[in-house]
Amino acid sequence: MAAKKPTKKTNASAEELKAYYKDMLLIRRFEEKAGQLYGMGLIGGFCHLYIGQEAVVVGLEATAKEGDSRITTYRDHGHMLACGMNPDGVMAELTGREGGYSRGKGGSMHMFSKEKRFYGGHGIVGANVPLGAGVAFADKYKGNDNVTFTYFGDGAANQGQVYETFNMAALWKLPVIFVIENNQYAMGTSQQRSTSSAEIWERGKAFGIPGEAVDGMDVLAVKDAGERAVKHARSGEGPYILEIKTYRYRGHSMSDPAKYRTREEVQKMRDERDPIEQVRNILLENKYATEDDLKAIDKEIKQVVNDSAEFAKNSPEPAPEELWTDIYATEVPQEA
Amino acid sequence: MATEILMPALSPTMEEGTLAKWLVKEGDTVSSGDIMCEIETDKATMEFEAVDEGVIGKILIEEGTEGVKVNTAIAVLLEEGEDASAAENVSSQAPAEAPSDAPAAARESKPAEAKAPPAPETDMTPDWPEGTKLKKQTVREALRDAMAEEMRRDENVFLMGEEVAEYQGAYKISQGLLDEFGAKRIIDTPITEHGFAGIGVGAAFGGLRPIVEFMTWNFAMQAIDHILNSAAKTLYMSGGQMGAPMVFRGPNGAAARVGAQHSQDYAAWYMQIPGLKVVMPYSASDAKGLMKTAIRDPNPVVFLENEIMYGKSFDVPDVEDYTVPFGKARIWREGSDVTIVSFGIGMTYALEAAEKLAAEGIEAEVIDLRTLRPMDTASIIKSVMKTNRCVTVEEGWPQGSVGNYISSVIMQEAFDYLDAPVINCTGKDVPMPYAANLEKLALLTTDEVIAAVKKVTYK
Ligand SMILES: Cc1ncc(C[n+]2csc(CCOP(=O)(O)OP(=O)(O)O)c2C)c(N)n1
Ligand SMILES: [Mg+2]
Repeated sequence: MAAKKPTKKTNASAEELKAYYKDMLLIRRFEEKAGQLYGMGLIGGFCHLYIGQEAVVVGLEATAKEGDSRITTYRDHGHMLACGMNPDGVMAELTGREGGYSRGKGGSMHMFSKEKRFYGGHGIVGANVPLGAGVAFADKYKGNDNVTFTYFGDGAANQGQVYETFNMAALWKLPVIFVIENNQYAMGTSQQRSTSSAEIWERGKAFGIPGEAVDGMDVLAVKDAGERAVKHARSGEGPYILEIKTYRYRGHSMSDPAKYRTREEVQKMRDERDPIEQVRNILLENKYATEDDLKAIDKEIKQVVNDSAEFAKNSPEPAPEELWTDIYATEVPQEA
Repeated sequence: MATEILMPALSPTMEEGTLAKWLVKEGDTVSSGDIMCEIETDKATMEFEAVDEGVIGKILIEEGTEGVKVNTAIAVLLEEGEDASAAENVSSQAPAEAPSDAPAAARESKPAEAKAPPAPETDMTPDWPEGTKLKKQTVREALRDAMAEEMRRDENVFLMGEEVAEYQGAYKISQGLLDEFGAKRIIDTPITEHGFAGIGVGAAFGGLRPIVEFMTWNFAMQAIDHILNSAAKTLYMSGGQMGAPMVFRGPNGAAARVGAQHSQDYAAWYMQIPGLKVVMPYSASDAKGLMKTAIRDPNPVVFLENEIMYGKSFDVPDVEDYTVPFGKARIWREGSDVTIVSFGIGMTYALEAAEKLAAEGIEAEVIDLRTLRPMDTASIIKSVMKTNRCVTVEEGWPQGSVGNYISSVIMQEAFDYLDAPVINCTGKDVPMPYAANLEKLALLTTDEVIAAVKKVTYK
């Protein structure tokens, strides 16, 4: 599983690299565990794993500051872990338990954290794009310098509301970063079969929105591009588009037999471009870490993930009364 | 430690499957991501990957076996270096409880005990105390004043929509607001309902109190996903952490001679959605008092206005802060022979019919619901218990109408009081025609309300 590409020279410090390694590994192991729990019937419905795409959120979260917001689609577990939400609460939401972030009422696709300014978890393809621009609108209205990371897929990039949003975001100079997580497929439809342009980010040019394509298997490249995007949006210049070329190893959701691509295609990506292996190699080659150091990290992560699974299994189902709560607010939920 | 590999659930509905083929054999080393076997579900053949590293110690289910239940042990995985004999002595990973069917069990036991909160007691207090100074105002002016007052009160309230600012509103509801509040708070949008409704909801998530104007509600169909899926459901889906305190407003229902695509009443549509509040005022005082309440409400409110009503004048209390609570019907006319229930422009027909009926000696009690969600069904029931008859009046279509719902509530809560079946007066079951004569035929009329009342009173 060694990355074959020669590792690049990097200015990233050992501490930084170790943090990325750890954060990406947490997502990978968490998702593997979620897949297992799904197989055991502990998680129901749709469950979309983020395996392969870890460098995208980890690289971008490294550019965020306190006060920034994020919003994404149903493929959201990685985003929640990367912004610091508690793995126990995320896993317990997947199992539909009281200890979940939405007390079991949202599920895998619908989770939120006011505290971390994580605005969901949205199940309607494309809908989170104007919502993210709206969160950015609120920040601009209040006059702070926060930005909103708005993640969506290559498939979502064909929704009309995305371009309605590009137009208004550019017109009103909203501090929003549009992150297209291009994993090459929308369920079973490849980008080539669905999308007229090869470079989706270039569509932003029609609205005067700058952007770029990014190697999404390389966490350092993601972070680099993220810094440019954040600088632009934070300084009041308006939106920025990052089209991050990534890949999902697993099926679209747990029930996807993935017959639209070859096993070799997936294997090649895993063998040659894996984002976690790339960082691992940099760490080892530069002697930033020993095999033993990394083993210790692996062990620590495994423990966190196993604990989250235990928590998610043992947390009780929500009380029957919960059926009738949270339909109407009696007062406005306070800003975090 | 040796662990069992269990038959996985590979779809939301899978309970069993066929173990079609093993791609590993006993003694093989597997690592995370390696395909171990192929499993056929009712929908597809799926590859089953290893999650943990280890050595296949023993295969427990032969390939070709059909009907293998989810969670059955299909193989034993040994840790590296572990002896094959460990395969005999495994720790079962099967879940202790059986949560896959727990939700079903929970469903069975719940409906009986978990009941919707009971309807509120009826509140008969008048909207304003006797002696309150009144002024004549149009519905249009009342709506504008309500928004302006709330914008002065809370700087997080803003108005966005097509032509709301420089043009002063397509129907002049926002007249003068740009001058007073400036372009930061009175925002002209491009013609992009889906997009700006979504941005409005996002701004509400982010702590603002948006008022999103639709030029008419017909165009909000392009935005209905955000009204329902993004605004109405988020509080629930987030376990109460965040929601969308905001108002969606604009003219609803038929105007005059604008044809099928511009003439639909959405009352019954939005009334169905838990998480939304739905307001449809008739008078100017209600337009004002309910709009102020809507802007302050911490939930998404659908506010259905009517173009024909905009220019109508009513008494409005001339007081500093006039509000009307949601869920409280107004009884416009007391009577003992029949209850007429309506809302919005339907009240025009209801009140006119009641006048004419009174001349014939039939005394109708006329109830204006004002808000459809929450709905003051208690006031309807109370009135029907007195009159024993009911006619509902609305402009929308008959199938799945507001009146249908009211009829069912009356049947369940006051069946023994009814002396006649409830009649729902509605618009005709056709797209709105353009021709003047046909349009007249498609719309509800006062005569139809009168005829319905005579039918239920056997006159
Ligand atoms: C409006 C809408 N249409 C269709 C679907 C069903 N659906 C869910 S995910 C998906 C594919 C989306 O692909 P992409 O945007 O590339 O995101 P990815 O799953 O690759 O992360 C589809 C068609 C949906 N949820 N919402
Ligand atoms: Mg995709």
